[in-house]
Amino acid sequence: MGTTDLAVKVASTTTSRHEKVINDLSIQVATVNGSGSQSANTVLLRSIFRMGIPVSGKNLFPSNIAGLPTWYTIRASKNGYIARRKEIDFLVAMNPETAEEDVLSLRAGASAVFDEKLNLQRLRDDVIFYPVPFDALVAPVCPNAKLRKLVRNMIYDGVLAKLLGIPMGEIHEALKQHFMKKPSAVDLNFNAARVGYEYAEKNLPKRGRFYLERMDATRGKIIIDGNAAAALGAMFAGVTVCTWYPITPSSSLAESLASYMKRYRMDPVTGKATFAIVQAEDELAAIGMAMGAGWAGARAMTATSGPGISLMAEFVGLGYYAEIPAVIFDIQRTGPSTGLPTRTQQGDILKNAFLSHGDTRHLMLLPASVEECFSMAVEAFDLAEEFQTPVFVMSDLDLGMNNWMSDPFPYPAKPMNRGKVLNAKDLERLGGFERYRDVDGDGIGYRTLPGTKHPKAAYFTRGSGHNERAIYSERPEDYVNNMDRLSRKFETARKRMPGPVLQESDGAEIGIIAYGSTHWAIVESLDQLRQEYDLPVSYCRIRAFPFSERIMDFIRRYQRVYVVEQNRDGQVYELLRIEADAEDIPKIHSIRHYKGVPIDARSVTDEIVSQEGKK
Amino acid sequence: MSTTVVPPSPPQKLNRIGLGPSDYKGNKSTLCAGCGHNAISERIIEACYELGVEPHRVAKLSGIGCSSKSPAYFLSTSHGFNSVHGRMPSIATGTMLANRNLISIGVSGDGDTASIGVGQFIHLMRRNLPMIYIIEDNGVYGLTKGQFSATADLGSTLKNGVINDLPPIDTCALAIMLGATYVGRSFSGDKKQLMALLQGALGHHGTVMLDVISPCVTFNDHVGSTKSYSYVRDHDAPVGDVSYIPFFEDIVVDYDPGTTTEITLHDGSRLLLKKLNADFDPTNKTEALKILMEAHDKGEIVTGLFYLDTQKPNFMELLNFVDEPLATLPESSVRPPKKVLDEVMNSLK
Ligand SMILES: Cc1ncc(C[n+]2csc(CCOP(=O)(O)OP(=O)(O)O)c2C)c(N)n1
Ligand code: SF4
Repeated sequence: MGTTDLAVKVASTTTSRHEKVINDLSIQVATVNGSGSQSANTVLLRSIFRMGIPVSGKNLFPSNIAGLPTWYTIRASKNGYIARRKEIDFLVAMNPETAEEDVLSLRAGASAVFDEKLNLQRLRDDVIFYPVPFDALVAPVCPNAKLRKLVRNMIYDGVLAKLLGIPMGEIHEALKQHFMKKPSAVDLNFNAARVGYEYAEKNLPKRGRFYLERMDATRGKIIIDGNAAAALGAMFAGVTVCTWYPITPSSSLAESLASYMKRYRMDPVTGKATFAIVQAEDELAAIGMAMGAGWAGARAMTATSGPGISLMAEFVGLGYYAEIPAVIFDIQRTGPSTGLPTRTQQGDILKNAFLSHGDTRHLMLLPASVEECFSMAVEAFDLAEEFQTPVFVMSDLDLGMNNWMSDPFPYPAKPMNRGKVLNAKDLERLGGFERYRDVDGDGIGYRTLPGTKHPKAAYFTRGSGHNERAIYSERPEDYVNNMDRLSRKFETARKRMPGPVLQESDGAEIGIIAYGSTHWAIVESLDQLRQEYDLPVSYCRIRAFPFSERIMDFIRRYQRVYVVEQNRDGQVYELLRIEADAEDIPKIHSIRHYKGVPIDARSVTDEIVSQEGKK
Repeated sequence: MSTTVVPPSPPQKLNRIGLGPSDYKGNKSTLCAGCGHNAISERIIEACYELGVEPHRVAKLSGIGCSSKSPAYFLSTSHGFNSVHGRMPSIATGTMLANRNLISIGVSGDGDTASIGVGQFIHLMRRNLPMIYIIEDNGVYGLTKGQFSATADLGSTLKNGVINDLPPIDTCALAIMLGATYVGRSFSGDKKQLMALLQGALGHHGTVMLDVISPCVTFNDHVGSTKSYSYVRDHDAPVGDVSYIPFFEDIVVDYDPGTTTEITLHDGSRLLLKKLNADFDPTNKTEALKILMEAHDKGEIVTGLFYLDTQKPNFMELLNFVDEPLATLPESSVRPPKKVLDEVMNSLK
């Protein structure tokens, strides 16, 4: 199997080999990392989107700056499926090192656009080949030899435009959007695309079945990646302190935040900002600063990924026990250890649920879409302050760094919830307060912020044993009282966290449970199971930990429930088994996908069909 | 029931904001009697009282260790945060980001700072975050019972005879090189000098780093010491309990600038303290480092204010954020209006 997991030489297909296929195809561009193909790929994606066709783009890239193979997959789907699809219909083979393997992994009937010099047509006779002399074409349009490497890629956009039916006007518009401030770049790139188009027109008669035609399914929609969406969410949540340390795939979250905040949260005249974004010296400092800021009353956050989370464990335990709000975006990547640093996984769920030593439990939000990256970012800051605790937003590389089509994000409906904070006036009225006392029976105490001008405001925060008055104590009853209150707080959160999204099918005996970016493969798999196997399946999408009671009800209602996730050990499967009633535990089954590439619908369908004994 | 009548306490002298010395006190210390850390807490209390610091504006921050417990023993009406081992600098940074109007007083140990926390320490100094960072430096780990810290002198021994064969980290030299703007060293028993350094510190607008030599009375008890555990056990108290902690008087010194004095610690070991000349120019970085290096060669501990820079912008100034604390900005200043979201959404269509 190839590095990209696309080895499906002969795939089952329901349409005949000669029928015209409109607005349902996947394109894969294979290039060398660092060759500047990103612009060409984004423009291609945008042009298809501009034609009104639902589209998604996924970047499979190595942990390397230049030289190693990288793949970009674009999926256009009239049905609106945006999960990864393994089968490739159109290959653009630009990387000499992987070209042969890329061509060999195509299914019969697919097409391959390639650099003439690679002579790939010798490899197969069941693939349609389109050789293009890239170097000869680029030279006249780009006299600057230094830029040629970049501009060369635009040629394949032109070739594909001709072969698939993308209007050149859309390529031009997409280029304008892409190179916003540089008209010269637009011209240069458009000329290259045009050369490709004209070459294809003269020399590459269209064969094969795949076409793109205008439709109207993307009007009003946006394209954004999950990290930019989460950054926007944080800005509209009113974040004031962001402290972070670079790590793929989370860096772009903090970087997007910085650029949005500079634009919208800074006085253009004085340059004074309503925020601080600090690149810390490491993750220990990043979370420590967020904790200090949260303690002192700021809406504080950090963004990181697995290795960073490991370093943050001690501080997160402090946050739990001393009850300090902070939001931690975990853009999960493939572990363990350095793992596959630029590949995707849902591998930090179990770890984060109980991160740190002793009895700890943490709140987690599990966004499945860019829209939820935005809305859950907003929600996370409210939850952190409401519950005075660290809150994790569990995104992943696929969601965070890939471009997704979405409806525009709605403006936050609720005002900010700053939680139970007492000011000087409150203290005057109350005559004082006890920091860790469960006044309201919900497990959540009241706090004051440092700087509050009242003699009764101050309390002492510590990670060691304390009583209700925040005074150091090792007395067993104080410890137990505190720990029990923290459990109570967790139970309050169970009711407050976003509940599951249920989609129940008539006559279904079995159910699927999934979460996060896995969602899109499930949506498509549910259709496959019904259409191809006449198997109705119900679906429960988990959106938060602690789990809602409604998830347990869902399990109770079905004969068998498949928990589909992207990790080896079935991490949510395990968590559900901890919480489920004993008689329900045998009903819960696990489907795991952990190849580092995003999960696809066919893998889910095949696995369910096989476990159900239908194949 | 007690029948003792408590005599009325004499009226307190009030400071410029109308508070008395007792308003700056903390809880009763649970550190060993005679521990240098207690003397430092007392100086902090005095300095804050004398200058009329508003306790509600102070954030007391620390890591973990005996020294890091100190914030509980001064300024009980100030918010305090006893965080994790070695990572007080990041807590302090976050706290100041949230509320720039606070006065941060951080207390750390030499283990807390120079071993586990050296990374954060370095970056705190480098950022010139406006705060007072005090190292209560005893050359050992107190709370974990006497291991060497990274400021222990070369050749010093543990009670079991183990010899320290690594050179000490000079936290003052480090702080000066890295960018702290008020750097000095003192001795916990030198009331006058420590007070002066603390009062100056409270008026400074960048990172203050004070390394205060603060003897640990309990773990400097190796063989040959006249006041070691074993010595006391054999000659004085009839206890066989190893956790017995002897009581010692505080060590107090008083000597003039430009002179050197020798003090004997409770364990019998001696320190050679040398006070900087009154006319020493602390704005010269190179000179400051030279004096520190020369002292190492001579086996002396120089004390005084080594380095001062009042011009360098501090971290908060570099970040250029609004004057009001970020922590309490209202929703209207931190949540952009709907038209901003619409604008961003349109650009993504
Ligand atoms: C992560 C972590 N490692 C180790 C410890 C154990 N520990 C507690 S205090 C301490 C050393 C304290 O020494 P120092 O900072 O010199 O302060 P002192 O007690 O001497 O005042 C250590 C190692 C800890 N609390 N946390
Ligand atoms: S063990 Fe040492 S450092 Fe700790 S309180 Fe006692 S004397 Fe002070």
